Amino acid sequence: MADFRDGRPDPAYGLVVEEVTVNFGGLTALDSVSLAVEPNRIVGVIGPNGAGKTTLFNVICGFVQADRGRISYRGQPMRGHRPHDLARLGIARTLQGVGLWPGLTVLENVMAGAESSVRVDAGSALLGLRRSSRVEGDLAHEATALLQRLHIAEHAGRYPGVLPYGIQKRVSLARALMAQPSLILLDEPASGLSIAEMDDLRELLRELSRDMAVLLVEHHMDLVMSTCDHLVVLNFGRVVAAGSPEVVRSNPEVTRAYLGEEVRPGA
Amino acid sequence: MSHFVNLSLNGISSGMIYASVALGLVLVWRATRIINFAQGSMAMFSTYMAVTLLDRNLGYWEAFAVALAVGLALGAVVERTLIRPLQGKPELNPVIVTFGLFILLEGVAGAIFGVRSRGVPAAFSQSGLTIGHHRVSFSHFDLFVLGSVLALMVLMLVLFRATDVGLRMRASAFAPEMSRLVGVRVGRVLTLGWALASLAGSLAGLLVAPRSAFSPNYMDLILVYAFTAAVVGGLESPVGALVGGLLTGLVLSFVGGYLGSSLEPLGAAVILILVLSARPEGLFSRPAARQV
Repeated sequence: MADFRDGRPDPAYGLVVEEVTVNFGGLTALDSVSLAVEPNRIVGVIGPNGAGKTTLFNVICGFVQADRGRISYRGQPMRGHRPHDLARLGIARTLQGVGLWPGLTVLENVMAGAESSVRVDAGSALLGLRRSSRVEGDLAHEATALLQRLHIAEHAGRYPGVLPYGIQKRVSLARALMAQPSLILLDEPASGLSIAEMDDLRELLRELSRDMAVLLVEHHMDLVMSTCDHLVVLNFGRVVAAGSPEVVRSNPEVTRAYLGEEVRPGA
Repeated sequence: MSHFVNLSLNGISSGMIYASVALGLVLVWRATRIINFAQGSMAMFSTYMAVTLLDRNLGYWEAFAVALAVGLALGAVVERTLIRPLQGKPELNPVIVTFGLFILLEGVAGAIFGVRSRGVPAAFSQSGLTIGHHRVSFSHFDLFVLGSVLALMVLMLVLFRATDVGLRMRASAFAPEMSRLVGVRVGRVLTLGWALASLAGSLAGLLVAPRSAFSPNYMDLILVYAFTAAVVGGLESPVGALVGGLLTGLVLSFVGGYLGSSLEPLGAAVILILVLSARPEGLFSRPAARQV
C-alpha cells in the first residue's frame, strides 16, 4: 500500500520513498513501502515492535540497501547512497539510543554535528592561524546557542556519560540540528523522557517544522497524534494505513495491529 | 649516586621509545579496538627499508624519511586490506590476523635480509655527554630520541585536539555509526589512524635500531614493554602512552641496573600487575560511568 495522497508525488517533494523492499535472508523487513515527507511537515511512522520502522530509517540513511524500490530527496535519486552522504544532502538523524561520543564534552558533541559543512585544514590548526580558531569559535558559538534553545547550556562542559538520559537525548537532537538540515529523522525521541520533557519535545517539534521536514518514529501515541500532520502505520514491514492522525485513529486495521482489539464484556 | 642518575637517564631515553610504540598501540586501539600485535614487526620492516637504503649510500636523513613514509603507507595498506574486512566479525579474528602478520613480516624480513644481527649507524654520537667533570650515559643520540618522540607527541596532540581531522578520529573511534551520519567517512579516518600508528612505530624502530642487535626480531621485546606502557597509561590516552612509556623505561632501567638485565621482562610483568591491581582502567583513562 502506497502513501501518496494525490497519486505520484511531485519530484520537488522532500523525501520520497517508493515501493521499497528490504529482505534479511528469508525475512521481509520492508515490503513495498512508500511514503513522502514534504517540507515543513511532520510525518510519523508508527507500528508495533518489529514492524520495520528502524529498518525504514536505516534504508533511508544508507545503512541498509534496498532490494527493490527507489528513494529520492528533493528530486535527486539516492541510489547506492552511504550514511556519510546524508549530511551533504541536508538530512540529519538521531539514533534510537542517544549515540553520543563519550570522550567528547556536550559542546564538542554538538559542534561535531556540523562536521559536513566545516573544514579546518591541519596546516592552519598546527600553525595556530586565525582561520582555524575563527571556525572553531563560530562553531562553539552556534553550538552554545542550540544548547540554550534546548535549555541544556549549563551542561556544555560535561561529558555525556554523567548526564540523565533525557538530557542526553536533547544533546543528540542539538547535534543533529547543528548541521542545519532540511529534513530530520527522529528515532524514538520521546523514549525515556518525563511528562514535562515530553511537552517540551512537542513544542520543539512544532518549532522545528517551521524550518524543516520531520520524519518521526515514535511509540508514544499522545505525542504522535498531537504533533504529526500525517501518519504511516507499518505492520510486518507493510504499510497498513496512512493519513491524518484522525483517519489513522479510526482505521480498524490500525486498532487491530497496533492499539489492540477492543474486548467486549462477556465476549 | 651517579649510577642512579645514569640509570634514570637511560630509563628516560628507553621510555621515550616505548612511549612511541605505545602511542601506535593506543591510536590503533582507539580507532578500531584492536591490539596490533604486528606493530613491532611493521616498524622492523620499515627500518629494514632505511637500512637497505643506507647500505646503498643514501644519506641518513633521506633513508629516515623513506622509512617513515614506508611505515605510514604500510599502516594504511594493512588497515585497508587486512583489518577492514574484519569489521563486524568475532573479536578473535583481528587478534589472529595481527599475530599472523607479525609472524609473516618477521619471516619475510628474515628471508629477504637474513636473520643474522648487524649494526645500524645512528644519526648522532652515542658517546655519553660530559656535564661539568662528570660523564653521563646520555648521548647526543639520546637527546635526539627525546626530542623526536616529544615532537611526535606534540604533533599528535595538536592533530587530535585542534583539527577537524582529530575530531573526526576521536568521533569515529567512539561512535562510528553516528559519525557516519554527521558526514564522517569513517573508513578513511580508520585508515589514517592505522597509518599514523604505524608512523609512530616506525620512528621507534629507527630509534631502537642503532642501540640493539638489529635483526628481524629486534622489536619483539620492545613491543612487550610498549604494551606494558600503553596498558599502564590506560590504552585510550596518548598522554598515558607517554607517561606509561617513561614509567616503564625508568622501572626497567632500575631493575636492569640493580638486579640484572635478565629480570627486566619480569619487571614489566610486575608493573602491569601492580598498576592494574590499583587502577584496572590504567592511569589516564576515566572509569566508565555507571547508569543508576
